[in-house]
Amino acid sequence: MSDGKDFVTGVDSSAKRSPRRVVFVTRRTSAQVKAVDEAEVQTFPEVLFRGAVAVELLAIALVAVSLLFSAPLEGLADPSHTPNPAKAPWYFLGLQEMLHYFPPVVAGVLVPGLVVMALIVIPYFNINVEAEGLFSKDRERRLRVFYIVAVALSIFLFSFHVYVALVPTLIVVAFMVAAAQSSLQSPGSFRRYLAAKPLSYWIMTWFLFELVVLTAVGTFFRGPGWSWVWPWRS
Amino acid sequence: MAKTLEQYFDELRGTRVWRSVFRSGTGSSPLHRSLVIQQNVFFHLFATKVRRRMMSFSATWYLGTLTLGTFVILVITGILLMLYYHPSAPQAYADTKDLQFVVSSGLFLRSLHRWSAHAMVFLVFAHMFKVFYRGAYRPPREFNWVIGVVLLLMTLLLSYTGYLLPWDQLAYWAITVGSNIASAAPFVGDKIRFMLLGGNLVNANALLRFYVLHCMILPLVAMFFIAIHFWRIRKDGGLYSLQSQPKVAAAATPLTPAKEAQ
Repeated sequence: MSDGKDFVTGVDSSAKRSPRRVVFVTRRTSAQVKAVDEAEVQTFPEVLFRGAVAVELLAIALVAVSLLFSAPLEGLADPSHTPNPAKAPWYFLGLQEMLHYFPPVVAGVLVPGLVVMALIVIPYFNINVEAEGLFSKDRERRLRVFYIVAVALSIFLFSFHVYVALVPTLIVVAFMVAAAQSSLQSPGSFRRYLAAKPLSYWIMTWFLFELVVLTAVGTFFRGPGWSWVWPWRS
Repeated sequence: MAKTLEQYFDELRGTRVWRSVFRSGTGSSPLHRSLVIQQNVFFHLFATKVRRRMMSFSATWYLGTLTLGTFVILVITGILLMLYYHPSAPQAYADTKDLQFVVSSGLFLRSLHRWSAHAMVFLVFAHMFKVFYRGAYRPPREFNWVIGVVLLLMTLLLSYTGYLLPWDQLAYWAITVGSNIASAAPFVGDKIRFMLLGGNLVNANALLRFYVLHCMILPLVAMFFIAIHFWRIRKDGGLYSLQSQPKVAAAATPLTPAKEAQ
């Protein structure tokens, strides 16, 4: 270690401003600690046992499914014969549905890339960590931004005829409008629930909703030439 | 007096050979139970104790555990499937047919592998959303969330590379559609696809590459990240650490003064 003092003493309660603090505990004061005594259990055997039971139940369920339903196997791969429609695995059908509306560089590269980036950065934004209701602070400005983004996104989706993505968007926007009209003092518990939800909650819920709807549409509602079909009329 | 089964087991655990393998020794004291976890190369990734609250089903829905369960099933069934499979076209298809009609329980083996793979993709997504809605990505767990996103991509790649291996029409065209998406990337798209497929079309080279990726490279990479993922749970304060609550809620938690030293 280098010689000389490389620390300063001071009084500060903000961990952001001065992350290293020297605390003096004098005789008359007691250190304030955040530790809360919590009931704990031993990992062995309690947690491992429960985990094993959970995995065994899952294994039984999967074995039952495998005995009842055989894995699909079609004819030999034939490059000269394209099935119509040619579908990707189900977890990519949301992407394939988007490819129907947008050029591949947008739907196949830009959107998934942005989704992965967005997922990675979630925990690094203080707005997500603090998790306050979206409209609880700085209400006017946030409402304005929200309305502009919601209208712009809806017009964008409408002009590209992406109705399958527009409907979930409008539903989420409707709930967000309800959240904006509510506060933590609202009479109904559901409105209090909405008012307490942070920005990340809304974005993630919108993403989940779109993911489910687009995947379901791609899986069940798309037939030859990627045309709309009703699954019960085939 | 006749010995109980437990006493026999305790005796076994006390023998020199057993002790040379498992060092935790006999006894059910908290110390011994901690040693079971601590002194096992696989278990030591986990904490020796967990908060009781985390045991409730609603806390996690056991989604992470179940995802690991599907992964283990996939490794076991996958190794067995490799015994009957040649990664060459069109032999791969004949092998898959043989699994269906010739190999004992071959169809069951392949079905279990396939449905487990679908289950794993679903469970990984479910796990991610559950963790998000519980707010469990918050500091100090940011990086474990990032590793989780990497594992999501690994799972998708594992499933996608496995999709080609039966070499039937379903496999062939699904991979063709998927690899065309990759080629849409600006500047490097065609290069990426060429590297992935070992050619410009899905052919025998692509089958071999996907086989190596599916059975060797991706499982190893996935296991590497799974190990870090589990180890980080303990290092980041365990499930349900108070630090990971939102700051608004944390502020409401009353501070308890430590007991004055006597």
